[in-house]
Amino acid sequence: MGDLHRRTLTELAEGLRRRAFSSVELVGEFLARIERSQAALNAFISVTREQALAAAREADRVLATGGGGPLTGVPIAHKDIFCTAGVRTTCGSRMLDGFVSPYDATVVAKLRGAGAIMLGKTNMDEFAMGSSNETSYYGPVRNPWNLQLVPGGSSGGSAAAVAARLVPAATATDTGGSIRQPAALCGITGIKPTYGRVSRYGMIAFASSLDQGGVLTASAADAALLLREMAGFDANDSTSVDTPVPDYVATLEQPLTGLKIGLLREFFDQGLDRDCERCVREALGVYEGMGAQLTEVSLPHLPLSVPVYYVVAPAECSSNLARYDGVRFGHRCRNSRDVNDMYRRSRGEGFGAEVKRRIMTGTYVLSAGYYDAYYLKAQRVRSLINADFIRAFASVDVLMGPTTPTAAFAIGAKTADPITMYLNDIYTIGANLAGLPAVSVPCGFVAGLPVGLQIVGPHFSEARVLSVAHALQRATDWHTRVPQGYS
Amino acid sequence: MTLTREQIASIAALARLELTAAEIPVYQESLSRIIDFVGALDACDTANVTPMAHPLPGLSQRLRPDVVTEEDHREQYQPNAPLTAAGLYLVPKVIE
Repeated sequence: MGDLHRRTLTELAEGLRRRAFSSVELVGEFLARIERSQAALNAFISVTREQALAAAREADRVLATGGGGPLTGVPIAHKDIFCTAGVRTTCGSRMLDGFVSPYDATVVAKLRGAGAIMLGKTNMDEFAMGSSNETSYYGPVRNPWNLQLVPGGSSGGSAAAVAARLVPAATATDTGGSIRQPAALCGITGIKPTYGRVSRYGMIAFASSLDQGGVLTASAADAALLLREMAGFDANDSTSVDTPVPDYVATLEQPLTGLKIGLLREFFDQGLDRDCERCVREALGVYEGMGAQLTEVSLPHLPLSVPVYYVVAPAECSSNLARYDGVRFGHRCRNSRDVNDMYRRSRGEGFGAEVKRRIMTGTYVLSAGYYDAYYLKAQRVRSLINADFIRAFASVDVLMGPTTPTAAFAIGAKTADPITMYLNDIYTIGANLAGLPAVSVPCGFVAGLPVGLQIVGPHFSEARVLSVAHALQRATDWHTRVPQGYS
Repeated sequence: MTLTREQIASIAALARLELTAAEIPVYQESLSRIIDFVGALDACDTANVTPMAHPLPGLSQRLRPDVVTEEDHREQYQPNAPLTAAGLYLVPKVIE
Protein backbone atom coordinates (compact mmCIF):
# COMPACT_ATOMS: atom_id res chain seq x y z
CA MET A 1 0.00 0.00 0.00
CA GLY A 2 1.04 3.57 -0.65
CA ASP A 3 1.62 6.49 1.65
CA LEU A 4 -1.16 8.80 0.48
CA HIS A 5 -2.63 8.69 3.99
CA ARG A 6 0.31 10.74 5.25
CA ARG A 7 -0.82 13.74 3.23
CA THR A 8 -3.20 16.41 4.40
CA LEU A 9 -6.68 16.94 2.96
CA THR A 10 -5.39 20.09 1.23
CA GLU A 11 -2.51 18.17 -0.37
CA LEU A 12 -4.81 15.33 -1.43
CA ALA A 13 -7.31 17.69 -3.10
CA GLU A 14 -4.43 19.37 -4.92
CA GLY A 15 -2.83 16.04 -5.94
CA LEU A 16 -6.14 14.82 -7.37
CA ARG A 17 -6.52 17.96 -9.46
CA ARG A 18 -2.95 17.51 -10.78
CA ARG A 19 -3.87 13.84 -11.34
CA ALA A 20 -0.77 12.70 -9.43
CA PHE A 21 -2.95 9.80 -8.25
CA SER A 22 -6.54 8.74 -8.79
CA SER A 23 -9.50 8.97 -6.48
CA VAL A 24 -10.00 5.20 -6.79
CA GLU A 25 -6.43 4.67 -5.59
CA LEU A 26 -6.91 7.12 -2.72
CA VAL A 27 -10.30 5.80 -1.61
CA GLY A 28 -8.97 2.22 -1.86
CA GLU A 29 -6.01 2.99 0.39
CA PHE A 30 -8.13 4.65 3.08
CA LEU A 31 -10.80 1.91 2.93
CA ALA A 32 -8.08 -0.69 3.49
CA ARG A 33 -6.82 1.27 6.50
CA ILE A 34 -10.36 1.51 7.93
CA GLU A 35 -10.97 -2.22 7.52
CA ARG A 36 -7.57 -3.17 8.94
CA SER A 37 -8.02 -1.08 12.08
CA GLN A 38 -11.70 -1.68 12.78
CA ALA A 39 -11.20 -4.59 15.22
CA ALA A 40 -8.74 -2.59 17.31
CA LEU A 41 -10.27 0.92 17.20
CA ASN A 42 -14.00 0.39 16.45
CA ALA A 43 -14.04 3.89 14.94
CA PHE A 44 -16.78 3.13 12.40
CA ILE A 45 -20.40 2.01 12.69
CA SER A 46 -20.89 1.63 8.92
CA VAL A 47 -18.38 1.46 6.07
CA THR A 48 -19.76 2.29 2.62
CA ARG A 49 -17.11 0.57 0.47
CA GLU A 50 -19.10 0.01 -2.72
CA GLN A 51 -20.76 3.43 -2.83
CA ALA A 52 -17.38 5.08 -2.11
CA LEU A 53 -15.59 3.23 -4.91
CA ALA A 54 -18.39 4.02 -7.34
CA ALA A 55 -18.20 7.71 -6.37
CA ALA A 56 -14.40 7.59 -6.77
CA ARG A 57 -14.69 6.21 -10.30
CA GLU A 58 -17.11 9.02 -11.12
CA ALA A 59 -14.75 11.59 -9.54
CA ASP A 60 -11.88 10.29 -11.67
CA ARG A 61 -14.01 10.74 -14.79
CA VAL A 62 -14.79 14.33 -13.80
CA LEU A 63 -11.16 15.07 -12.92
CA ALA A 64 -10.02 13.64 -16.26
CA THR A 65 -12.01 16.34 -18.04
CA GLY A 66 -10.41 19.05 -15.91
CA GLY A 67 -13.67 19.58 -14.01
CA GLY A 68 -14.65 19.09 -10.40
CA GLY A 69 -15.15 21.06 -7.19
CA PRO A 70 -12.68 21.95 -4.43
CA LEU A 71 -12.95 18.49 -2.83
CA THR A 72 -13.58 16.27 -5.86
CA GLY A 73 -12.44 12.73 -5.14
CA VAL A 74 -11.31 13.41 -1.56
CA PRO A 75 -12.42 10.79 1.01
CA ILE A 76 -14.04 11.83 4.30
CA ALA A 77 -16.20 10.22 6.98
CA HIS A 78 -19.37 11.51 8.61
CA LYS A 79 -20.22 11.23 12.28
CA ASP A 80 -23.22 8.90 12.51
CA ILE A 81 -25.36 11.79 13.77
CA PHE A 82 -25.66 13.23 10.23
CA CYS A 83 -28.49 11.73 8.17
CA THR A 84 -27.37 10.08 4.94
CA ALA A 85 -30.01 9.10 2.40
CA GLY A 86 -30.00 5.34 1.83
CA VAL A 87 -27.22 4.68 4.37
CA ARG A 88 -28.05 3.67 7.95
CA THR A 89 -27.89 6.50 10.52
CA THR A 90 -27.85 5.22 14.11
CA CYS A 91 -26.68 8.14 16.30
CA GLY A 92 -24.87 5.43 18.31
CA SER A 93 -28.20 4.16 19.68
CA ARG A 94 -30.16 0.95 19.67
CA MET A 95 -33.17 3.24 19.18
CA LEU A 96 -32.05 3.98 15.60
CA ASP A 97 -30.27 0.69 14.89
CA GLY A 98 -32.26 0.08 11.69
CA PHE A 99 -32.95 3.69 10.71
CA VAL A 100 -32.26 4.62 7.09
CA SER A 101 -32.82 8.31 6.53
CA PRO A 102 -34.93 9.28 3.51
CA TYR A 103 -32.87 12.47 3.07
CA ASP A 104 -29.34 13.87 3.46
CA ALA A 105 -28.30 16.33 6.16
CA THR A 106 -27.40 19.70 4.60
CA VAL A 107 -23.76 19.16 5.68
CA VAL A 108 -23.69 15.80 3.89
CA ALA A 109 -25.28 17.26 0.74
CA LYS A 110 -22.95 20.27 0.70
CA LEU A 111 -19.79 18.22 1.09
CA ARG A 112 -20.93 15.80 -1.58
CA GLY A 113 -21.71 18.79 -3.79
CA ALA A 114 -18.13 20.00 -3.27
CA GLY A 115 -16.93 16.59 -4.47
CA ALA A 116 -16.06 14.81 -1.20
CA ILE A 117 -16.60 11.05 -1.01
CA MET A 118 -18.04 9.43 2.13
CA LEU A 119 -16.21 6.27 3.25
CA GLY A 120 -18.50 5.55 6.17
CA LYS A 121 -20.23 6.68 9.36
CA THR A 122 -18.20 7.06 12.53
CA ASN A 123 -18.93 5.73 16.00
CA MET A 124 -20.05 8.16 18.70
CA ASP A 125 -21.53 8.39 22.18
CA GLU A 126 -25.23 7.57 22.08
CA PHE A 127 -27.13 10.66 20.86
CA ALA A 128 -23.84 12.56 21.40
CA MET A 129 -24.24 12.27 25.18
CA GLY A 130 -20.85 11.41 26.57
CA SER A 131 -17.22 12.50 26.82
CA SER A 132 -15.50 9.15 26.25
CA ASN A 133 -17.37 7.31 23.47
CA GLU A 134 -18.27 4.63 26.03
CA THR A 135 -22.05 5.17 25.80
CA SER A 136 -22.28 3.96 22.17
CA TYR A 137 -24.60 0.99 21.57
CA TYR A 138 -21.90 -0.20 19.15
CA GLY A 139 -19.18 -0.40 21.79
CA PRO A 140 -16.41 1.96 22.84
CA VAL A 141 -13.92 3.49 20.42
CA ARG A 142 -10.28 3.09 21.42
CA ASN A 143 -7.67 5.83 21.37
CA PRO A 144 -5.05 5.07 18.66
CA TRP A 145 -2.32 6.52 20.92
CA ASN A 146 -3.06 3.84 23.53
CA LEU A 147 -5.77 1.24 23.05
CA GLN A 148 -6.55 1.11 26.79
CA LEU A 149 -7.61 4.75 26.73
CA VAL A 150 -10.71 6.60 25.54
CA PRO A 151 -10.55 8.82 22.43
CA GLY A 152 -12.86 11.38 24.07
CA GLY A 153 -16.41 12.01 22.98
CA SER A 154 -18.91 12.34 21.77
CA SER A 155 -17.19 12.49 18.33
CA GLY A 156 -14.75 9.75 19.39
CA GLY A 157 -15.01 7.71 16.19
CA SER A 158 -14.34 10.71 13.95
CA ALA A 159 -11.38 11.76 16.13
CA ALA A 160 -9.80 8.29 16.33
CA ALA A 161 -10.27 7.84 12.57
CA VAL A 162 -8.50 11.10 11.72
CA ALA A 163 -5.75 10.56 14.33
CA ALA A 164 -5.00 7.10 12.89
CA ARG A 165 -5.27 8.54 9.36
CA LEU A 166 -8.13 6.18 8.42
CA VAL A 167 -9.62 9.24 6.71
CA PRO A 168 -7.99 12.62 6.13
CA ALA A 169 -10.92 14.43 7.78
CA ALA A 170 -14.32 13.80 9.32
CA THR A 171 -17.41 15.75 10.28
CA ALA A 172 -18.37 16.02 13.95
CA THR A 173 -20.71 17.89 16.28
CA ASP A 174 -20.14 19.80 19.50
CA THR A 175 -22.78 20.47 22.17
CA GLY A 176 -20.48 20.83 25.19
CA GLY A 177 -17.05 19.96 23.78
CA SER A 178 -17.72 16.94 21.57
CA ILE A 179 -15.40 18.17 18.79
CA ARG A 180 -12.68 19.90 20.81
CA GLN A 181 -12.28 17.37 23.66
CA PRO A 182 -11.72 14.33 21.37
CA ALA A 183 -9.49 16.50 19.12
CA ALA A 184 -7.32 17.22 22.18
CA LEU A 185 -7.29 13.62 23.40
CA CYS A 186 -6.41 12.26 19.93
CA GLY A 187 -3.85 14.91 18.94
CA ILE A 188 -5.72 16.45 16.01
CA THR A 189 -7.37 19.76 15.07
CA GLY A 190 -11.08 20.39 15.65
CA ILE A 191 -13.29 23.43 15.20
CA LYS A 192 -16.72 24.14 16.64
CA PRO A 193 -18.01 27.09 14.63
CA THR A 194 -20.29 29.89 15.82
CA TYR A 195 -23.82 28.74 16.66
CA GLY A 196 -25.83 29.02 13.43
CA ARG A 197 -22.79 28.93 11.11
CA VAL A 198 -23.29 25.31 9.98
CA SER A 199 -26.75 23.97 9.23
CA ARG A 200 -28.28 21.60 11.79
CA TYR A 201 -30.78 20.22 9.24
CA GLY A 202 -30.50 16.44 9.26
CA MET A 203 -28.12 16.55 12.23
CA ILE A 204 -29.92 14.55 14.91
CA ALA A 205 -30.84 16.96 17.72
CA PHE A 206 -29.52 16.68 21.28
CA ALA A 207 -29.65 20.20 22.78
CA SER A 208 -30.81 22.62 20.12
CA SER A 209 -29.51 25.86 21.64
CA LEU A 210 -26.00 24.36 21.90
CA ASP A 211 -25.57 21.83 19.06
CA GLN A 212 -23.24 22.88 16.25
CA GLY A 213 -21.61 20.91 13.43
CA GLY A 214 -17.92 21.20 12.67
CA VAL A 215 -14.88 19.22 11.55
CA LEU A 216 -11.99 17.12 12.81
CA THR A 217 -8.86 17.31 10.66
CA ALA A 218 -5.09 16.89 10.73
CA SER A 219 -4.46 20.64 10.47
CA ALA A 220 -6.08 24.07 10.77
CA ALA A 221 -5.59 24.56 7.01
CA ASP A 222 -7.62 21.39 6.34
CA ALA A 223 -10.31 22.58 8.78
CA ALA A 224 -10.49 25.89 6.89
CA LEU A 225 -10.95 24.09 3.57
CA LEU A 226 -13.65 21.73 4.82
CA LEU A 227 -15.53 24.33 6.88
CA ARG A 228 -15.62 26.73 3.93
CA GLU A 229 -17.51 24.07 1.97
CA MET A 230 -19.97 23.03 4.68
CA ALA A 231 -20.84 26.37 6.35
CA GLY A 232 -23.55 28.74 5.21
CA PHE A 233 -27.18 29.70 5.39
CA ASP A 234 -29.84 27.02 5.16
CA ALA A 235 -33.54 27.85 5.07
CA ASN A 236 -34.22 24.36 6.49
CA ASP A 237 -32.58 25.28 9.84
CA SER A 238 -34.54 27.96 11.69
CA THR A 239 -31.41 29.07 13.61
CA SER A 240 -29.12 29.17 10.57
CA VAL A 241 -27.59 32.64 10.23
CA ASP A 242 -27.74 34.40 6.87
CA THR A 243 -24.19 35.80 6.81
CA PRO A 244 -21.77 35.18 3.92
CA VAL A 245 -19.08 32.52 4.47
CA PRO A 246 -15.61 34.07 4.13
CA ASP A 247 -12.87 32.15 2.32
CA TYR A 248 -11.20 30.72 5.43
CA VAL A 249 -8.34 29.30 3.33
CA ALA A 250 -7.45 32.65 1.76
CA THR A 251 -7.02 34.32 5.19
CA LEU A 252 -4.94 31.61 6.88
CA GLU A 253 -1.65 33.49 6.60
CA GLN A 254 -2.63 36.64 8.54
CA PRO A 255 0.36 37.96 10.53
CA LEU A 256 0.04 37.72 14.32
CA THR A 257 1.86 40.94 15.15
CA GLY A 258 -0.17 42.86 17.69
CA LEU A 259 -2.63 39.99 18.25
CA LYS A 260 -4.04 40.32 21.75
CA ILE A 261 -4.41 36.94 23.45
CA GLY A 262 -6.37 36.68 26.68
CA LEU A 263 -5.34 33.87 29.02
CA LEU A 264 -8.43 32.50 30.71
CA ARG A 265 -7.51 32.64 34.38
CA GLU A 266 -10.37 30.31 35.35
CA PHE A 267 -8.97 27.60 33.06
CA PHE A 268 -5.60 27.46 34.81
CA ASP A 269 -7.26 26.12 37.94
CA GLN A 270 -6.47 23.38 40.42
CA GLY A 271 -8.06 20.75 38.22
CA LEU A 272 -5.55 21.30 35.42
CA ASP A 273 -2.83 18.65 35.20
CA ARG A 274 0.57 20.34 35.69
CA ASP A 275 2.17 18.66 32.67
CA CYS A 276 -0.73 19.67 30.43
CA GLU A 277 -0.38 23.21 31.76
CA ARG A 278 3.32 23.19 30.83
CA CYS A 279 2.47 22.23 27.21
CA VAL A 280 -0.19 24.95 26.97
CA ARG A 281 2.15 27.59 28.41
CA GLU A 282 4.89 26.59 25.97
CA ALA A 283 2.45 27.13 23.08
CA LEU A 284 1.56 30.54 24.53
CA GLY A 285 5.29 31.29 24.54
CA VAL A 286 5.42 30.42 20.83
CA TYR A 287 2.69 32.98 20.16
CA GLU A 288 4.54 35.59 22.19
CA GLY A 289 7.63 34.87 20.09
CA MET A 290 5.56 35.60 16.97
CA GLY A 291 4.62 39.06 18.22
CA ALA A 292 1.36 38.40 20.05
CA GLN A 293 0.61 40.12 23.36
CA LEU A 294 -0.52 37.96 26.28
CA THR A 295 -2.74 39.28 29.06
CA GLU A 296 -4.60 37.42 31.75
CA VAL A 297 -8.36 37.87 31.76
CA SER A 298 -10.96 36.70 34.24
CA LEU A 299 -14.46 35.49 33.40
CA PRO A 300 -15.89 35.24 36.91
CA HIS A 301 -19.04 33.27 36.00
CA LEU A 302 -17.25 30.72 33.84
CA PRO A 303 -16.80 28.17 36.67
CA LEU A 304 -20.60 27.84 36.67
CA SER A 305 -20.59 26.58 33.04
CA VAL A 306 -20.88 22.91 33.94
CA PRO A 307 -23.86 23.28 36.32
CA VAL A 308 -25.61 25.58 33.80
CA TYR A 309 -24.99 23.02 31.06
CA TYR A 310 -26.34 20.12 33.12
CA VAL A 311 -29.65 21.95 33.46
CA VAL A 312 -29.98 23.40 29.94
CA ALA A 313 -28.68 20.43 27.91
CA PRO A 314 -30.79 17.73 29.67
CA ALA A 315 -33.86 20.00 29.49
CA GLU A 316 -33.49 20.39 25.73
CA CYS A 317 -32.58 16.69 25.37
CA SER A 318 -35.72 15.54 27.19
CA SER A 319 -37.78 17.66 24.81
CA ASN A 320 -35.93 16.64 21.61
CA LEU A 321 -35.90 12.93 22.43
CA ALA A 322 -39.65 12.89 23.06
CA ARG A 323 -39.96 12.20 19.30
CA TYR A 324 -38.75 8.60 19.79
CA ASP A 325 -42.11 7.05 20.52
CA GLY A 326 -41.89 3.75 18.63
CA VAL A 327 -44.55 4.88 16.14
CA ARG A 328 -43.03 6.61 13.11
CA PHE A 329 -39.44 5.37 13.25
CA GLY A 330 -37.00 3.82 15.69
CA HIS A 331 -37.19 0.86 18.04
CA ARG A 332 -40.56 -0.57 19.12
CA CYS A 333 -40.94 -3.10 21.91
CA ARG A 334 -42.75 -6.40 21.32
CA ASN A 335 -46.25 -7.31 22.56
CA SER A 336 -47.28 -3.99 24.06
CA ARG A 337 -50.41 -4.04 26.23
CA ASP A 338 -51.49 -0.51 25.33
CA VAL A 339 -50.08 2.64 23.83
CA ASN A 340 -48.47 3.90 27.04
CA ASP A 341 -46.85 0.54 27.64
CA MET A 342 -45.52 0.75 24.08
CA TYR A 343 -44.02 4.23 24.63
CA ARG A 344 -42.45 3.28 27.95
CA ARG A 345 -40.97 -0.05 26.96
CA SER A 346 -39.84 1.10 23.48
CA ARG A 347 -37.97 4.01 25.09
CA GLY A 348 -36.76 1.94 28.04
CA GLU A 349 -35.29 -0.68 25.68
CA GLY A 350 -34.12 1.69 22.93
CA PHE A 351 -32.17 4.19 25.06
CA GLY A 352 -28.99 3.43 26.98
CA ALA A 353 -28.28 4.32 30.60
CA GLU A 354 -26.70 7.77 30.09
CA VAL A 355 -29.40 8.92 27.66
CA LYS A 356 -32.10 7.88 30.15
CA ARG A 357 -30.25 9.73 32.90
CA ARG A 358 -30.24 12.93 30.87
CA ILE A 359 -33.86 12.60 29.76
CA MET A 360 -34.89 12.16 33.41
CA THR A 361 -32.70 15.05 34.61
CA GLY A 362 -34.29 17.25 31.96
CA THR A 363 -37.79 16.04 32.78
CA TYR A 364 -37.19 16.85 36.44
CA VAL A 365 -35.81 20.38 35.92
CA LEU A 366 -38.68 21.24 33.57
CA SER A 367 -41.41 19.71 35.72
CA ALA A 368 -44.10 21.76 37.44
CA GLY A 369 -42.71 23.72 40.37
CA TYR A 370 -39.05 23.33 39.38
CA TYR A 371 -38.89 25.24 36.09
CA ASP A 372 -38.05 28.61 37.67
CA ALA A 373 -35.63 27.18 40.21
CA TYR A 374 -33.56 25.23 37.69
CA TYR A 375 -34.20 26.06 34.04
CA LEU A 376 -34.81 29.81 34.27
CA LYS A 377 -32.07 30.16 36.87
CA ALA A 378 -29.61 28.38 34.56
CA GLN A 379 -30.60 30.57 31.60
CA ARG A 380 -29.99 33.66 33.76
CA VAL A 381 -26.50 32.45 34.72
CA ARG A 382 -25.95 31.65 31.05
CA SER A 383 -26.61 35.34 30.28
CA LEU A 384 -23.93 36.27 32.82
CA ILE A 385 -21.41 33.86 31.27
CA ASN A 386 -22.18 35.29 27.84
CA ALA A 387 -21.70 38.83 29.16
CA ASP A 388 -18.32 37.80 30.63
CA PHE A 389 -17.17 36.65 27.19
CA ILE A 390 -18.41 39.82 25.47
CA ARG A 391 -16.59 41.96 28.05
CA ALA A 392 -13.38 39.96 27.52
CA PHE A 393 -13.53 40.36 23.74
CA ALA A 394 -13.68 44.13 24.17
CA SER A 395 -10.01 44.00 25.16
CA VAL A 396 -8.57 40.87 23.51
CA ASP A 397 -8.87 39.28 20.05
CA VAL A 398 -8.93 35.64 21.14
CA LEU A 399 -9.01 33.73 24.42
CA MET A 400 -6.71 30.78 25.07
CA GLY A 401 -6.42 28.00 27.57
CA PRO A 402 -6.30 24.23 27.77
CA THR A 403 -9.00 22.20 26.00
CA THR A 404 -9.18 19.53 28.72
CA PRO A 405 -7.93 19.21 32.31
CA THR A 406 -5.94 16.03 31.55
CA ALA A 407 -4.76 13.90 28.65
CA ALA A 408 -6.77 10.80 27.64
CA PHE A 409 -8.01 8.61 30.53
CA ALA A 410 -8.54 4.86 30.78
CA ILE A 411 -11.64 3.15 29.40
CA GLY A 412 -13.91 2.52 32.38
CA ALA A 413 -12.15 5.03 34.66
CA LYS A 414 -15.01 7.56 34.83
CA THR A 415 -18.12 5.54 33.98
CA ALA A 416 -19.14 4.93 37.60
CA ASP A 417 -19.63 8.61 38.42
CA PRO A 418 -21.46 10.86 35.94
CA ILE A 419 -20.26 14.08 37.64
CA THR A 420 -16.59 13.10 37.21
CA MET A 421 -17.29 12.43 33.54
CA TYR A 422 -19.19 15.73 33.13
CA LEU A 423 -16.27 17.70 34.58
CA ASN A 424 -14.10 16.58 31.67
CA ASP A 425 -15.86 19.27 29.62
CA ILE A 426 -15.21 22.02 32.15
CA TYR A 427 -13.11 24.13 29.72
CA THR A 428 -15.17 23.53 26.58
CA ILE A 429 -18.78 24.14 27.66
CA GLY A 430 -18.45 27.94 27.96
CA ALA A 431 -18.09 28.39 24.18
CA ASN A 432 -21.30 26.40 23.59
CA LEU A 433 -23.29 28.36 26.16
CA ALA A 434 -22.22 31.63 24.50
CA GLY A 435 -22.40 30.26 20.91
CA LEU A 436 -18.75 31.14 20.21
CA PRO A 437 -16.36 29.57 17.68
CA ALA A 438 -13.54 27.57 19.28
CA VAL A 439 -10.66 25.45 18.02
CA SER A 440 -8.53 22.79 19.69
CA VAL A 441 -5.03 22.27 18.29
CA PRO A 442 -2.28 19.88 19.44
CA CYS A 443 0.31 21.67 21.60
CA GLY A 444 2.51 18.91 23.02
CA PHE A 445 2.62 15.50 24.63
CA VAL A 446 2.49 14.20 28.20
CA ALA A 447 3.81 10.65 28.64
CA GLY A 448 3.21 9.93 24.96
CA LEU A 449 -0.32 11.36 24.95
CA PRO A 450 -1.40 14.49 23.06
CA VAL A 451 -2.50 17.73 24.75
CA GLY A 452 -4.79 20.35 23.22
CA LEU A 453 -4.67 24.14 23.24
CA GLN A 454 -8.06 25.82 22.97
CA ILE A 455 -8.57 29.08 21.06
CA VAL A 456 -11.93 30.85 21.45
CA GLY A 457 -12.95 33.87 19.37
CA PRO A 458 -15.88 36.30 19.15
CA HIS A 459 -19.00 35.30 17.18
CA PHE A 460 -18.28 34.62 13.48
CA SER A 461 -14.49 34.94 13.90
CA GLU A 462 -13.78 31.48 12.41
CA ALA A 463 -11.32 33.03 9.94
CA ARG A 464 -9.36 34.58 12.81
CA VAL A 465 -9.26 31.53 15.10
CA LEU A 466 -8.26 29.29 12.20
CA SER A 467 -5.45 31.62 11.14
CA VAL A 468 -4.23 31.81 14.75
CA ALA A 469 -4.30 28.00 14.95
CA HIS A 470 -2.52 27.77 11.60
CA ALA A 471 0.26 30.07 12.86
CA LEU A 472 1.05 27.62 15.68
CA GLN A 473 1.15 24.78 13.14
CA ARG A 474 3.61 26.76 11.02
CA ALA A 475 5.89 27.07 14.04
CA THR A 476 5.49 23.58 15.59
CA ASP A 477 5.02 20.04 14.33
CA TRP A 478 2.78 18.58 17.05
CA HIS A 479 -0.10 18.24 14.57
CA THR A 480 1.99 16.07 12.23
CA ARG A 481 2.58 13.31 14.82
CA VAL A 482 0.79 10.06 14.08
CA PRO A 483 0.34 7.25 16.64
CA GLN A 484 2.68 4.28 16.39
CA GLY A 485 1.33 1.60 14.10
CA TYR A 486 -0.60 4.09 11.95
CA SER A 487 2.20 6.13 10.34
CA MET B 1 -30.97 16.44 48.43
CA THR B 2 -32.05 12.84 47.94
CA LEU B 3 -34.77 12.01 45.46
CA THR B 4 -37.08 9.25 46.67
CA ARG B 5 -37.90 6.04 44.79
CA GLU B 6 -41.37 7.47 44.24
CA GLN B 7 -39.94 10.66 42.72
CA ILE B 8 -37.77 8.63 40.32
CA ALA B 9 -40.79 6.53 39.36
CA SER B 10 -42.82 9.67 38.75
CA ILE B 11 -40.07 11.31 36.62
CA ALA B 12 -39.74 8.09 34.60
CA ALA B 13 -43.52 8.01 34.09
CA LEU B 14 -43.51 11.64 32.88
CA ALA B 15 -40.64 10.82 30.51
CA ARG B 16 -42.36 7.63 29.30
CA LEU B 17 -39.39 5.49 30.29
CA GLU B 18 -39.84 1.99 31.69
CA LEU B 19 -37.21 1.37 34.37
CA THR B 20 -36.35 -2.01 35.83
CA ALA B 21 -36.36 -2.49 39.61
CA ALA B 22 -32.56 -2.55 39.48
CA GLU B 23 -32.35 0.77 37.59
CA ILE B 24 -34.39 2.80 40.09
CA PRO B 25 -31.78 2.97 42.91
CA VAL B 26 -29.05 3.73 40.34
CA TYR B 27 -30.94 6.77 39.04
CA GLN B 28 -31.99 7.72 42.55
CA GLU B 29 -28.33 8.04 43.45
CA SER B 30 -27.05 9.72 40.28
CA LEU B 31 -29.96 12.13 39.75
CA SER B 32 -29.73 13.22 43.39
CA ARG B 33 -26.04 13.97 42.89
CA ILE B 34 -26.69 15.88 39.65
CA ILE B 35 -29.41 17.96 41.30
CA ASP B 36 -27.02 18.75 44.17
CA PHE B 37 -24.30 19.61 41.68
CA VAL B 38 -26.44 22.06 39.70
CA GLY B 39 -27.55 23.53 43.04
CA ALA B 40 -24.29 25.53 42.87
CA LEU B 41 -26.26 27.96 40.71
CA ASP B 42 -28.32 29.05 43.73
CA ALA B 43 -25.37 30.99 45.13
CA CYS B 44 -25.13 33.13 41.99
CA ASP B 45 -26.89 36.49 42.20
CA THR B 46 -29.15 36.75 39.15
CA ALA B 47 -31.43 39.56 40.30
CA ASN B 48 -32.42 41.68 37.27
CA VAL B 49 -30.67 39.30 34.85
CA THR B 50 -32.69 38.36 31.77
CA PRO B 51 -32.64 34.63 31.00
CA MET B 52 -30.75 33.93 27.77
CA ALA B 53 -33.25 33.02 25.08
CA HIS B 54 -30.91 32.64 22.10
CA PRO B 55 -27.20 31.79 21.91
CA LEU B 56 -26.54 34.74 19.61
CA PRO B 57 -27.37 37.92 21.50
CA GLY B 58 -29.74 40.19 19.66
CA LEU B 59 -30.86 37.53 17.21
CA SER B 60 -34.25 35.93 17.29
CA GLN B 61 -35.94 33.18 15.32
CA ARG B 62 -36.47 33.88 11.66
CA LEU B 63 -40.06 33.96 10.40
CA ARG B 64 -41.44 32.96 7.01
CA PRO B 65 -44.77 33.56 5.28
CA ASP B 66 -47.51 31.29 6.63
CA VAL B 67 -47.94 29.18 3.51
CA VAL B 68 -47.69 25.43 2.98
CA THR B 69 -44.20 24.48 1.76
CA GLU B 70 -44.07 20.79 2.65
CA GLU B 71 -44.98 18.08 0.19
CA ASP B 72 -46.31 14.63 1.02
CA HIS B 73 -43.38 12.24 1.61
CA ARG B 74 -45.35 9.50 3.35
CA GLU B 75 -44.22 6.72 1.03
CA GLN B 76 -40.57 7.64 1.58
CA TYR B 77 -40.99 7.92 5.35
CA GLN B 78 -43.05 4.85 6.15
CA PRO B 79 -40.38 2.20 5.49
CA ASN B 80 -38.78 3.35 8.77
CA ALA B 81 -41.97 2.80 10.76
CA PRO B 82 -42.20 -0.36 12.90
CA LEU B 83 -45.77 -1.13 11.78
CA THR B 84 -47.92 0.32 8.99
CA ALA B 85 -50.93 -0.74 6.91
CA ALA B 86 -52.58 0.99 3.95
CA GLY B 87 -50.46 4.11 4.49
CA LEU B 88 -51.37 4.34 8.18
CA TYR B 89 -49.14 4.04 11.25
CA LEU B 90 -50.40 1.25 13.50
CA VAL B 91 -50.39 1.56 17.30
CA PRO B 92 -52.04 -0.52 20.04
CA LYS B 93 -55.71 0.24 20.59
CA VAL B 94 -56.11 3.65 22.29
CA ILE B 95 -59.90 3.85 22.71
CA GLU B 96 -61.81 0.94 24.25
